Amino acid sequence: MDSSAIAKVIYDISALMAVSGIVLSFIRLIKGPTIADRAVSLDVMTIIAISIIVYIAAITGRIIYLDVALVYGLISFLGVVAIARYLERGF
Amino acid sequence: MMLAGALITFLGAAFLLLGSIGLLRMPDVYNRMQAGTKTSTLGSILFLIGIAVGFGFKVFIAKILILILFILITNPISSHTLARAAHFFGIELTESTVRDNLKEDEEGDR
Amino acid sequence: MKYFKSWFLLSIFLFIFWLLLAGTDLQELIVGIAVSILISSILVKNISVFDDIKISLKAFICTIVYICIFMVELIKSNFDVAFRVLHPKLPINPGIVKVRTELKSKLGRIILANSITLTPGTLTVEIQEDYYYIHWIDVTAEDIDRSTELIVKKFEKYLEVIFG
Repeated sequence: MDSSAIAKVIYDISALMAVSGIVLSFIRLIKGPTIADRAVSLDVMTIIAISIIVYIAAITGRIIYLDVALVYGLISFLGVVAIARYLERGF
Repeated sequence: MMLAGALITFLGAAFLLLGSIGLLRMPDVYNRMQAGTKTSTLGSILFLIGIAVGFGFKVFIAKILILILFILITNPISSHTLARAAHFFGIELTESTVRDNLKEDEEGDR
Repeated sequence: MKYFKSWFLLSIFLFIFWLLLAGTDLQELIVGIAVSILISSILVKNISVFDDIKISLKAFICTIVYICIFMVELIKSNFDVAFRVLHPKLPINPGIVKVRTELKSKLGRIILANSITLTPGTLTVEIQEDYYYIHWIDVTAEDIDRSTELIVKKFEKYLEVIFG
């Protein structure tokens, strides 16, 4: 077994760990007693999802997915700031 | 080269997983934010650097650099705005909290 | 002449951003230079963020040192979170403390707040005038001076040289 095959296996294991991170934050998204908890877990899920999109772009060789990751990060940042502003105003 | 990139990516993924466990275990919003923000910042940066080192296309590296800069700037800002909004909204701190200078000062103003 | 430094820094910043997005094709380079000079000429009077940056050898060295310190603190903070999360008893002792800063420039304060958020066990909650309110996961100091010493000082002395 040469080193590049081992490297591929390690990459796959890391992607699996990242996906289980998404699942664990999703449990917090469902449980979270307040709206701020849900926003935090949504933020963490988005960051992990960006990493996984870049990984998919690397293994399929499609550069265009990187732009998807960039725009997704931008929109998620705006979304979190919008939720924060909404909380500050009160209902 | 690919093996080194894979190991860096593995370290990043480990931090991401630890951050999610922290999100589940911590007792209140502010502590969850601490665990979530720090680990997701360094974890995703290491994940992306590992991919850039291991797969090393030319166009890839520039865009991954932009993503890293973007994450490094926006992630602390979004957690700061959320923490501020949560405190303003009146979400309680956990029972083992030692003190809360911000609340004292706000009540002093009134 | 008053706006020259701000204009120059804004153009360089925009051009580097364009370079990273578009790549190094000759036509795209020319378009990038033209557009970044045009945009910074239009916007230079409304953007005051770059006014406070000093350009000197000492500031440059301080920037390099600052980035190194920041990286070390970021890695330390991650291992700190890992230790606290994996510990079966969850060793936390949280509280919100108040610290003072002596920085005057806006950009310097933003960078200081972001750095505090990413260092071990601290999270910026609110900024009012010269005071930061910081959520600290393991409160070890009693008064303002001591917590300022522990949290802010290690970054502030470099940021003061860069931003004045």
